[in-house]
Amino acid sequence: MKLQVSALAFASSLIAADIAAAQTEVQFWHAFTGRLGELVAAQVDEFNASQSDYVVVQSHKGNYSETLNAGIAAFRAQEQPHILMVFEVGTATMMAAGGAVKPVFEVMAESGATFDSDAYIGSVKGYYTTTEGDMLSLPFNSSTPVLWVNRDAMSAAGVDPDTDMSTWEQVGDVLDQLKAGGEDCPLVTAWQSWIHLENFSAYHDVPFASKDNGFAGLDTELMLNGPAQIAHLSAMGEWAQDGKFIYTGRRNEGGANFRAGECALFTESSAGYAGISSEAKFDFEVRPLPYWKAVADEPQNTIIGGASLWVMQGHEADEYKGVGEFLSFLSTSNVQASWHQNTGYLPITIAAGDLTKSQGFYDKNPGTDIAVIQMTAKQPTANSKGLRLGSFDQIRGIIDEELEAIWAGDKSAEEAMNSAKERGDALLRRFEAANR
Amino acid sequence: MEKRVTFRGWMLPLLLIAPQVLISAVFFFYPAGQAIWQSLFIPDPFGLSARFVGLGNFEFLLGDKFYRAAFLTTAVFSILVTVCSMVPALFLAVLADRLIKGSGVYRTMLIWPYAVAPAVAGVLWLFMFNTRVGVISWYLGQLGYDWNHVLNGGEAMGLVVVASAWGRISYNFLFFFAALQSVPRSVIEAAAIDGAHFWRRFFTIVLPLITPTAFFLLVVNVVYAFFETFGVIHTITAGGPQQSTTILVYKVFADGFVGQDLGSSSAQSVILLFVVGLLTVIQFKYIEKRVHY
Repeated sequence: MKLQVSALAFASSLIAADIAAAQTEVQFWHAFTGRLGELVAAQVDEFNASQSDYVVVQSHKGNYSETLNAGIAAFRAQEQPHILMVFEVGTATMMAAGGAVKPVFEVMAESGATFDSDAYIGSVKGYYTTTEGDMLSLPFNSSTPVLWVNRDAMSAAGVDPDTDMSTWEQVGDVLDQLKAGGEDCPLVTAWQSWIHLENFSAYHDVPFASKDNGFAGLDTELMLNGPAQIAHLSAMGEWAQDGKFIYTGRRNEGGANFRAGECALFTESSAGYAGISSEAKFDFEVRPLPYWKAVADEPQNTIIGGASLWVMQGHEADEYKGVGEFLSFLSTSNVQASWHQNTGYLPITIAAGDLTKSQGFYDKNPGTDIAVIQMTAKQPTANSKGLRLGSFDQIRGIIDEELEAIWAGDKSAEEAMNSAKERGDALLRRFEAANR
Repeated sequence: MEKRVTFRGWMLPLLLIAPQVLISAVFFFYPAGQAIWQSLFIPDPFGLSARFVGLGNFEFLLGDKFYRAAFLTTAVFSILVTVCSMVPALFLAVLADRLIKGSGVYRTMLIWPYAVAPAVAGVLWLFMFNTRVGVISWYLGQLGYDWNHVLNGGEAMGLVVVASAWGRISYNFLFFFAALQSVPRSVIEAAAIDGAHFWRRFFTIVLPLITPTAFFLLVVNVVYAFFETFGVIHTITAGGPQQSTTILVYKVFADGFVGQDLGSSSAQSVILLFVVGLLTVIQFKYIEKRVHY
């Protein structure tokens, strides 16, 4: 039986290969495995089945960094894919590589596909758009940080789970109560630099770097050692010393602890939804990311994390037409709405958000719209449009190191951030030199 | 005594060494030359342009106090890995050498860890010492010790050393075991008849006779600690906390393959090339004098 099935599969793959030869092939490299990988494959299959001129071939190339590296190495060997997924941190690298990428607005114009850049959510699109308003890459998966609450753990420690936690001042009080109530892990975080510095700055409308966070030029300098950031990190550092904030690692290690029910509060991406909703055996809730009342009367918007799709140079015109078709397909409301609902990533178009609302998804899954509201409630400012810094992956590494020094009590927040600025600026100058 | 073959022509000897020369040229000299060439530029990641900076990359690196600190970290790490992989290996080999029954099983079991890839070994150790769910950290917690390698640099260093040395113990064991087997029984028996007890026989007869193997392993293990351990470090600590486990080769990897800064990464590999070359020269010049072939 098994043999028959595989023989059948083999035969059908032969047929598929036969058809593929007659169609124009479009290579798509991405960084998704597991559930997300299946969802990407499903999108691609749907596109391939919907028309007969093009066939998109998707392949997984490792994690975000590895995928970017695979794309770069392939470009050097002149075997680059048509579409490459690049995480938001690699945006400046791609933008600076004018000879290697073909801007999405150009691809769309040439392919004749319907393309209206106003259909995309401003704060998502802004990250990948030039200051002149040209969209360079297509936002694919975008999320933003929110506060996840384990309501059962709150009750167990004798804290009312409905307590208002809109501000960090209020969260501070809750952490005191949780600790006093015997909670071992009151607060844990994922992606510390992204949430507690990059998003923190945008959310409080203070600059993370000069030159509009790098949007206005390569001669940008870090400004993450401002008073607002230092105040926040000092408070976090004190919480770490008192055992109210538990540090688990630089990536999303804390997610395992939260999903296992060990921690009460968790600052993590809205895209944590897929994992938390499937694993958590406790009553959980999503809240907006807290802000400091002392710094801002009300929060600005948060910024995104995630990846976008870049089109690489060096292919034939009819292949680019296929790329255009595929990217338009990905932006349709149905595809976007189901992606948003399945993953917790933001819908990239306004229409997809409206569709999700009209389908009643937010009513059935309370809190899933918080990320969308948090991103779109206000018009982004120069400080909250996003970040565009070269060598940003390495700069994040430096920030991680300096934050660890704060959590361990080795450095004050001010010392650590001054040092992060000095070291990060050195890398920014190198990047500027390499891309002049 | 010495056996020496003299060739009559030039063709045959040249032909015989050609494969080795070719392999060295393609897999060593060419990439090393490329690294030296690239270290003089700041290229963009895609290879579209490169700016000649002369020794600018080296200046940038050596002016960075964190890069200089990585030398010390590397020295500490390499010494610990070498010691932790050679001493237990020798101890186990001595025990296996005395074993009469079941030594085959014992040997096979000891060789297994060598088959585990460094990155996988890293993940295994990480699981055991995970601060929240790790088995060993849980037991340590029961004993009242709060294991936290994500914030404690010393513990992080200990963990990457153990994870790196663990698989190497098997490799070293194999060589030590073979060396011990080749020590002539008659010499040991003669000493035993003279009344030398086990440890005396070990230190005065066995150890001197296996120094060639020990020296070989020393060189090989230092090279291993320098070049092949970045997989372990990448999976366990990614160089942290702060910079406490950032060794030179990890920085080469991180700057080149994560940061796409190929100029700096090449300059670092050139520096590393010199450091290891220097170390090997020192080893051959000074330590080899104490080796009896």
